[in-house]
Amino acid sequence: MHSEGDLLHTVTTDDISETRRRVGVWMVRLSAALVVILATLQAAYEGQHISFGFDTWRPVLVAYLLWATALCAAQIINNGEKGKRTLFVLPAVLFVVSLVVFPLVFGLYISFTDWNLASQTGARPNGWDNLRQMWGDAFYWNALRNMVFYVLAVSVEYVIAFGLALLLNAQIRARKFFRVIFLLPLMLSPVAVSWMIGKSMLEVRFGPLARLARSLGWDSPSFFGSPEMARFMIMVMDAWTFIPFMMIMLLAGLQALPREVLEAAEVDGASGWQRFKEVIFPLMLPVSVTAIIIRIIFKLKLADIIINVTSGGPGGATDSVTSFIFREYRDRSNVGYGTLLAMVYLILIILFITALLKVVSRWMERPA
Amino acid sequence: MTQIFQNHASDGRQKTKWLASRIAIYGALILWAFICFFPIYWTLTTSFKLAPDVMRGNMVPFWDFTPKWKGWQSLGLSPDQLGEVSTVREEFLKRFWNSAIVAVSASTLAVILGSLAAYGLSRFNYRFGFMKNSDISFFFLSQMILPPVVLALPFLVLYRSLDLLDTRIGLILLYTLMVLPIVIWIMRDQFQGIPVELEEAALVDGLGIWGAFMQIVLPIALPGMVAAFILSLVLCWNEYFFAALLTSTDAKTLPVMVASQTGSQGINWWSMAALSSAAILPLVIVAVFLERYIIKGMAAGAVK
Repeated sequence: MHSEGDLLHTVTTDDISETRRRVGVWMVRLSAALVVILATLQAAYEGQHISFGFDTWRPVLVAYLLWATALCAAQIINNGEKGKRTLFVLPAVLFVVSLVVFPLVFGLYISFTDWNLASQTGARPNGWDNLRQMWGDAFYWNALRNMVFYVLAVSVEYVIAFGLALLLNAQIRARKFFRVIFLLPLMLSPVAVSWMIGKSMLEVRFGPLARLARSLGWDSPSFFGSPEMARFMIMVMDAWTFIPFMMIMLLAGLQALPREVLEAAEVDGASGWQRFKEVIFPLMLPVSVTAIIIRIIFKLKLADIIINVTSGGPGGATDSVTSFIFREYRDRSNVGYGTLLAMVYLILIILFITALLKVVSRWMERPA
Repeated sequence: MTQIFQNHASDGRQKTKWLASRIAIYGALILWAFICFFPIYWTLTTSFKLAPDVMRGNMVPFWDFTPKWKGWQSLGLSPDQLGEVSTVREEFLKRFWNSAIVAVSASTLAVILGSLAAYGLSRFNYRFGFMKNSDISFFFLSQMILPPVVLALPFLVLYRSLDLLDTRIGLILLYTLMVLPIVIWIMRDQFQGIPVELEEAALVDGLGIWGAFMQIVLPIALPGMVAAFILSLVLCWNEYFFAALLTSTDAKTLPVMVASQTGSQGINWWSMAALSSAAILPLVIVAVFLERYIIKGMAAGAVK
């Protein structure tokens, strides 16, 4: 989908004087120097080498913003028309780099410290201790194993979502009505869903689903008692919220299918099932793969429902990695160890997604 | 007069088959509509129930229980309390405003930054160091796989020293970061669909590239921007994880408020139901009226 080369080609004659260029360069240099000086002073103040300084690092942040603005302005001052082009992308790049790369590098540092926000001493590097602790942490491995189950559940969600998309694509009345209703669960915040379904509808005494279970002959329904059942209920709740997401992507794919091919199949006398298996499904593969991958990416962030419904229980059976780290911080303020766990998780995710993309890339292309 | 077209026996069979498939399709549709709608119905009705109604499992208002305003009273939102001063309502409205301001500002910021970047990437050739256009696009989109938990703890520590903990600005920055890749994904698709000749004509007529972007391209891409905005709005409004970690009193958002109430012992069903309803209603309304934008947003990029 990428097109290298200028699509919109512009020919400009920029006449940038030497003074103008010098102004631009010095604007950036001076503001950068300001950031460095302020940061050094503040670091010295916090390290109690000097006695004057600010209460917080906020002035450094302001100086940084000034530098970013100067850098953007300098693009036009120094490069004229070419700078105007850069200015489209530069703000977003600066924003993402300063909000992702810097915290990531910083996070890498704290993940090798014993930083606990509750203790008085600050961060002290402790080498490989966190990694060793992680190696022996059965709960973390358990959470990772749970993530595998949660990701596998995507396949069932996919089947349901595909079915619903086919239904919505059929010749039906009130299509818009059904589409809106089907979309509703996606709009609800996972926190509200945890109460609405997890805490009230699945409540063992008065919840409507517990009543239903009792009338179906399950005498003492307990939805979060056994590990398997609890994990299954979490999967169901997450699926309930996110099936519309896949459904809409698949529906868009179905509506973009070439009419002639489907009609040709019909004329050739293919039955409904044959048409689906031989024509619709293969044509839908690229869309399906995209939808599944995006859904898996969202699934790997799963936490809200678990935090609010089971807090990982019973015995860590429903823990996702995110909810586990959340509690590691909430209950023990263990920033250093928690960050290391998150970093390891990030590496695992990157490896997994890269491998996944490699494997599925040959199905991403639409068959000619 | 003899009948020319005879009904063959197989035609009857065809008709039964057609009828059966209709029944199956509508049955499945109605079943799933019920599954989607029942939890919302349950929450809305429970907010009007009293304890005995909940315990008896009454479902249908006016038929097996009489609706009462008790749940909404606990939020100070029942009709008889609207004129009075109520501290619970103040509290609720504060959270509601926090959520609204954070979600709207973050979505706006993300749409502005994201549209500019997407437009630039779809029209010009860049080279930042070793990174070319496709690398820059990949860099933006790859942010999507970054799990929030990786950034959460570093941000907690950074925000503490920047005095941004428990502020709306802090949340806005993070939420913008969170939805930016999605906005770029949608907008890139939009801009690629707009023919370059339009801008070329504008350039010939004497507009600069920014002028052409503002006056020619933006109006055409507006529906896509609205779609990206609404989708971001939904994601930001529902976000819980960062808000739970990074806010405590001032900037607490609605989901955090809902979550903190569920944790308390002996939940008041009616007040929880009222609170949940109030938290989900804005987005239910958005879904009903702006459904086509949401679908447009999610479909963009899936189909190429």
